[in-house]
Amino acid sequence: MSETETLPAAGSAPATAPLLSVRNLRVEFPTRRGTLVALDDVSFDIHPGEVLGVVGESGAGKSMTGAAIIGLLEPPGRIAAGSISLAGKRIDNLPYEQMRRIRGREIGAIFQDPLTTLNPLYTVGRQLVETITTHLPVGPAEARRRAIEWLELVGIPAAAQRVDSYPHEFSGGMRQRVVIALALCAEPKLVVADEPTTALDVSIQAQVIALLKRLAREKGTAMMLVTHDMGVIAETADRVAVMYAGRIIEIGAVRSVVKEAAHPYTAGLMGSIPPISHRVERLEQIDGAMPRLSAIPPGCPYNPRCPRVFDKCLTLRPELLDAGATRAACWLYDPK
Amino acid sequence: MFAFIVSRILQALPVMLTVSLISFAMFAYVGDPVAIMLGQDFTEAQRQALVQQLGLDQPFFVQFATFLGNAVQGEFGLSYRLSRPVAELIAERAPATLELALCAAFIALAVGVPMGVYTGLYRHSWLSRFFLTFSLIGVSLPTFLIGILLILTFSVWLGWLPSFGRGDVARLGWWSTGFLSWSGIKALILPAITLGLFQLTLIMRLVRSEMLEVLRTDYIKFARARGLPNRMVHFGHALKNTLVPVITIAGLQLGAIIAFAIVTETVFQWPGMGLLFIQSVGAADIPVMAAYLMLIAAVFVTINLIVDLLYYAVDPRLRIGRGGGH
Repeated sequence: MSETETLPAAGSAPATAPLLSVRNLRVEFPTRRGTLVALDDVSFDIHPGEVLGVVGESGAGKSMTGAAIIGLLEPPGRIAAGSISLAGKRIDNLPYEQMRRIRGREIGAIFQDPLTTLNPLYTVGRQLVETITTHLPVGPAEARRRAIEWLELVGIPAAAQRVDSYPHEFSGGMRQRVVIALALCAEPKLVVADEPTTALDVSIQAQVIALLKRLAREKGTAMMLVTHDMGVIAETADRVAVMYAGRIIEIGAVRSVVKEAAHPYTAGLMGSIPPISHRVERLEQIDGAMPRLSAIPPGCPYNPRCPRVFDKCLTLRPELLDAGATRAACWLYDPK
Repeated sequence: MFAFIVSRILQALPVMLTVSLISFAMFAYVGDPVAIMLGQDFTEAQRQALVQQLGLDQPFFVQFATFLGNAVQGEFGLSYRLSRPVAELIAERAPATLELALCAAFIALAVGVPMGVYTGLYRHSWLSRFFLTFSLIGVSLPTFLIGILLILTFSVWLGWLPSFGRGDVARLGWWSTGFLSWSGIKALILPAITLGLFQLTLIMRLVRSEMLEVLRTDYIKFARARGLPNRMVHFGHALKNTLVPVITIAGLQLGAIIAFAIVTETVFQWPGMGLLFIQSVGAADIPVMAAYLMLIAAVFVTINLIVDLLYYAVDPRLRIGRGGGH
């Protein structure tokens, strides 16, 4: 992996070619009452070895974006427009079998709840071995050796014995370590981690995040880290994308977004995190709730809740605009 | 494991005891065997002699104890109708019923499980819709009607298969089998389908609904996200997770197939235990009925034990006593 520090500037790409490139992605769910647009005009890049954090409220489209990238949107959801490219190659329109070979091998996935992501009837060793032999040209003996190695790597004590244990014989934190090993064992270049710590105890969360961060750095794996925990993002990500109602409303270097959020929604989000440096009487909160997909208002989707709303916001939808250190979809940064 | 088996057998004892009490009560209180056995003309002395011979002058509990003692040794007395030992009659008929039941169960599983998997995976294909419609017929048509329709089609109109009996049977020691001759196998086809059709559709619908359930789980999504081939995801990860309920139902259904082969055996004049039972009912042949009842109870108890053991083989979470997580 390159030794040079990647310090991407405001939302823009570093000099290297992007590993993952999502362009104008639109995901629709046809329903009986008409088509719901779950993702609308989502564009971002992830560069080799980079960690992109994706934050937003529940239902903002974070997990949906991850599912679209690994090609496992729940039917009837479908990609209606836009493209997803991995290392310059379109992957959003591949037939199932070709995409299957990419899943696990080139794009790993980590799910939210380690208690339900492992098959209860197979040993963790068997699940690792089947993943390794599916993607890599190794025999069963070598695959088992690697499985034990991966369990050691993710910090399972006595890995050589534990390899033959069943998932229910591990604690939640340990199971998530096994899931991480499963996601990384075929050495993908990109990992989509969908809320990897949400279901864990707070004390375990930090360990798992530290592990993910360490492995991603050691293996040079890029990561899309979906979470609603800004703390995790601030600690782990290089860049962060903020999503709202199926759109990216702000994207930029993590430091810039945390310190000088441009979009009023991001600013509100940051205001709702309790500061450690001083005591506050009352945390700020954003009034109202994110609109349902069936009732997204015209113009900027945030306009009903925005404290700085003006007439243009009610009719015209803002694109991502340069907003100082970041890029934000907000008319406040309209140069005209 | 051994302790588990022993405990299950101990639990089965009260069940068997209850069934034997009911069987015995039937013996003692349904009809008057003496009157049946003596026929029209008899003297009081003959009647007394028979009552003594059958032990009917003893108190209830002594009779029950004698009955139990004999039953444990496989001795159920003489058939009133055929005047032969009941145990011998049943041993003679059991191979026919067991071969029929096992074939029916095999058909039900070998066809029902793949159909269930298919309809679970491809819910909207026309073939799935066809299977589901067809299964409605299997569930709703009574067995005797299915049997008669099959006979009408394949024996009467097409003349391909025999309409009754077992064909030629070969004797292997005390066991008689129809598998070794072509006519025996041909005779088995229609009754086995008739008997297995309901179970087939039941198993298909069960596997289908379990598959739909399992395919929604996170570990299946994760297996797909790991890029495993569909064959592994569907038949390895998904199907194995549907097995526990399927084993339960399949086990109970095997018991039901053996116990309720009566209708099919009657329709096809199949010389099995069910036919023996129905003929015995007609003649109030209580020793045969009681023995049949107890045998069926023993079959159910045995199958339940096997089903419980299979759970352990399938689901590691039930295997206790291993080092757990922390």
